[in-house]
Amino acid sequence: MRRTLPRLLFASLFVAGVQALLPTITQAASNQQFIPMATYRVGAYASSGIPWWAGEIDYFRYINEVEGGINGVKLVWQECETEWNVDRIVECYERYKGGLDGAPTAFFFTHSTPGSYALMEKGAADRIPLIDGAGGRTESTDGSVFPYAFPLLLNYYGQASVGINYIAEREGGFDKLKGKKIVTVYHDSAYGRETQAPMTLLAQKYGFENIQIPVADPGNEQSGQWRQVRQIKPDWVFLRTWGVSTPVGIKTAARFGIPVDRIIGDVWAGSEADVIPAGPAAKGYQALAPFPGGDGFEIHKRLRQSILDTGKSDLKDRSYFGKVYYNIGLINAAIAVEALRTAQAKFGNRPLNGEEARWGFEHLDIDAARLKASGFEGLLPPLKLSCSDHEGGGAARVQQWDGEKWVLVTDWVQADRATLRPLIEAKSAAYAKEKGITARDCAREQ
Amino acid sequence: MTATVPRLTASFDEAPLTLVRRRWRPGLLLLLLVAFVGLPWLGNDYWLNAILIPFLVLSLAGLGLNLLTGYTGQTSVGAAGFMAVGAFATYGLLLRVPGLPLPLALLGGGLIAGSVGLLFGIPSSRIKGFYLMVTTLAAQFFLEWVFAKFPWFYNYASSGTISAPRLELFGHDLSTPVGRYLLTLGCVVLLTWVAVNLVRSQVGRNWMAIRDMDTAAAVIGIAVERDKRMAFAVSSFYLGIAGALWAFAYLGTASAGSFDINRSFQILFIIIIGGMGSIAGSFIGAAFISLVPILLSHAGQWLFNGNVDAGQLQNLQKVLFGALIIWFLIKEPEGLARLLGDLRERIRVWPLRF
Repeated sequence: MRRTLPRLLFASLFVAGVQALLPTITQAASNQQFIPMATYRVGAYASSGIPWWAGEIDYFRYINEVEGGINGVKLVWQECETEWNVDRIVECYERYKGGLDGAPTAFFFTHSTPGSYALMEKGAADRIPLIDGAGGRTESTDGSVFPYAFPLLLNYYGQASVGINYIAEREGGFDKLKGKKIVTVYHDSAYGRETQAPMTLLAQKYGFENIQIPVADPGNEQSGQWRQVRQIKPDWVFLRTWGVSTPVGIKTAARFGIPVDRIIGDVWAGSEADVIPAGPAAKGYQALAPFPGGDGFEIHKRLRQSILDTGKSDLKDRSYFGKVYYNIGLINAAIAVEALRTAQAKFGNRPLNGEEARWGFEHLDIDAARLKASGFEGLLPPLKLSCSDHEGGGAARVQQWDGEKWVLVTDWVQADRATLRPLIEAKSAAYAKEKGITARDCAREQ
Repeated sequence: MTATVPRLTASFDEAPLTLVRRRWRPGLLLLLLVAFVGLPWLGNDYWLNAILIPFLVLSLAGLGLNLLTGYTGQTSVGAAGFMAVGAFATYGLLLRVPGLPLPLALLGGGLIAGSVGLLFGIPSSRIKGFYLMVTTLAAQFFLEWVFAKFPWFYNYASSGTISAPRLELFGHDLSTPVGRYLLTLGCVVLLTWVAVNLVRSQVGRNWMAIRDMDTAAAVIGIAVERDKRMAFAVSSFYLGIAGALWAFAYLGTASAGSFDINRSFQILFIIIIGGMGSIAGSFIGAAFISLVPILLSHAGQWLFNGNVDAGQLQNLQKVLFGALIIWFLIKEPEGLARLLGDLRERIRVWPLRF
């Protein structure tokens, strides 16, 4: 008898698991749009994952509760924990690509550059748009070769370009860049190396000296790198680190006497988690922000009123409200909602499949009026995508850490997308050749 | 020479008894039939892509490590490093040798991984136990570094990621889920068959003798150092093929980061939980490590959907998974293979007490 209870428990869990694994009989198609969520609430990246997914869920709840869904189509979602592991992201994608209980899947948030790489071909084969804002595979900006991948807002090349454009602005013009020394301290990984090609190109164009210094993962100890930086005596430092290597980088830079206001952090080195551990050394540190921090935007007022104050928020700790990662979630969710709205205008107000949603993303046009109406003014730049351009905006603001919070110091700084485009096209053409893909003719797409 | 060898009397000239009786096992045949015919026919994309392919690849990797750790007794925490060698070598061969068919590229990738394994197996002739484990740790970090550092290995891609070339076999396109599943299954079945025969052969018996006591093995005339190096090479060959399949048949992409130390630990746990020195244990361990979290996640959603906070639910799954591992290891430290073996014996005499 003693053992009956645990056995019963295991048996019932097992049965439940197997039952859930079996293909469910499709129920009558409801008026619901399904959104799979490959979350990471556990593991090394949980600290960024928890507020991020809370932002997305809160926005979807807001759409459901306040606006009654997207034109009456309610959003439903289901999470699967991935711990940011590629294999678990693939499992989650496969689990939910066909929708849930008759509600179709219109797109998949990968929110992981390795995940985007792994799903690239599967998404194209299954016709599911893969959304990875300010991440993903840079060359998938060229939608003629990558019809189902969307590195929205600002790809890695754009991030390098925005950084340089901001430096030029501070120096007083592009002609002043000549002869300047710009050091990039980067996380030695796929993410960190991604900006080397555009930096080389921009260095040629503007005549500055481009010096790249790698930091090996995880980057707990960077004395060697910053001693080298000290010897170079750079005019500017572009910090492209990730995770623990960012606060360590900022602190070590201070130790070697590099002025912190001359260090510009990358998108993924610009959250609260990156500067608070660095303490006073981070005061004055600037970072690119396609997803600005702050809780004073219009959408935050609306969310506070209808979601937070009514206890419907997914946030356990309300102090994260308006933090950078929370806003990343909000922005990604809002872009997806707007894309579905666009697609509904063509296909009718009903749940959409991946192919229809792709049309929506490719014809997405969020103008200033729409930004104002949706409450995202200042949080999101005007965004217009097309068949050949899966990035859209290509702009970021610059924010500065004042010791307690991020303060936005510029308006939207635009990336020099015309200069970068040939680089992207060369890469996508190489991919098309390797895989035997015939590029779509975007001039004929409507 | 043979004339001088003293011969036994005729009645002892042959092996005194048949050690392994070869017979057709209907259960095994049925399993193979289901795996090759039933599952591709029944299974949907989710089952093939997300459950069966990773399970098979991890089983193969577990099998590879089991040959080294379970059969020869040389602990290694560098398994993922050798998987990376296999993946990058296969990619390099397909890329740089035009017209090379896929099976040969896989074989080549495995052989290159095997030779790298041989190289890192050299220290095993001088050092043992924990110290040897540290050298395999060094191999892990070194190999990971090599494939991140030198762009030649990933064909100068800006992101350091390699992606699957076209999977073709004799003109058949293998890029569909069923194709990739059958490719993986074919490799796994073939290599398992080789492994089963290998561990029953002279080589396998030498390995086990070394595992049990290397001094005694040396005394009875086993070339201990050579056999240890060979175990490293064969194990790495298996791991290399598993790495290539992981990269190309499962994920379709790989970078040095896909084969980090955590993957090595995962494979080590597979054989510890499944059963050291057991071929079946590799499969059972892989099933446990790769399938139970998915099962728990499904069960959690089905039972508590929407009623329990998602973050708590996911932490709960982690706790449960950890508790299951501890429980099984307390119940049977020799692994799940042994546990299932005992269970089979019990069922055989049921309802009598075992």
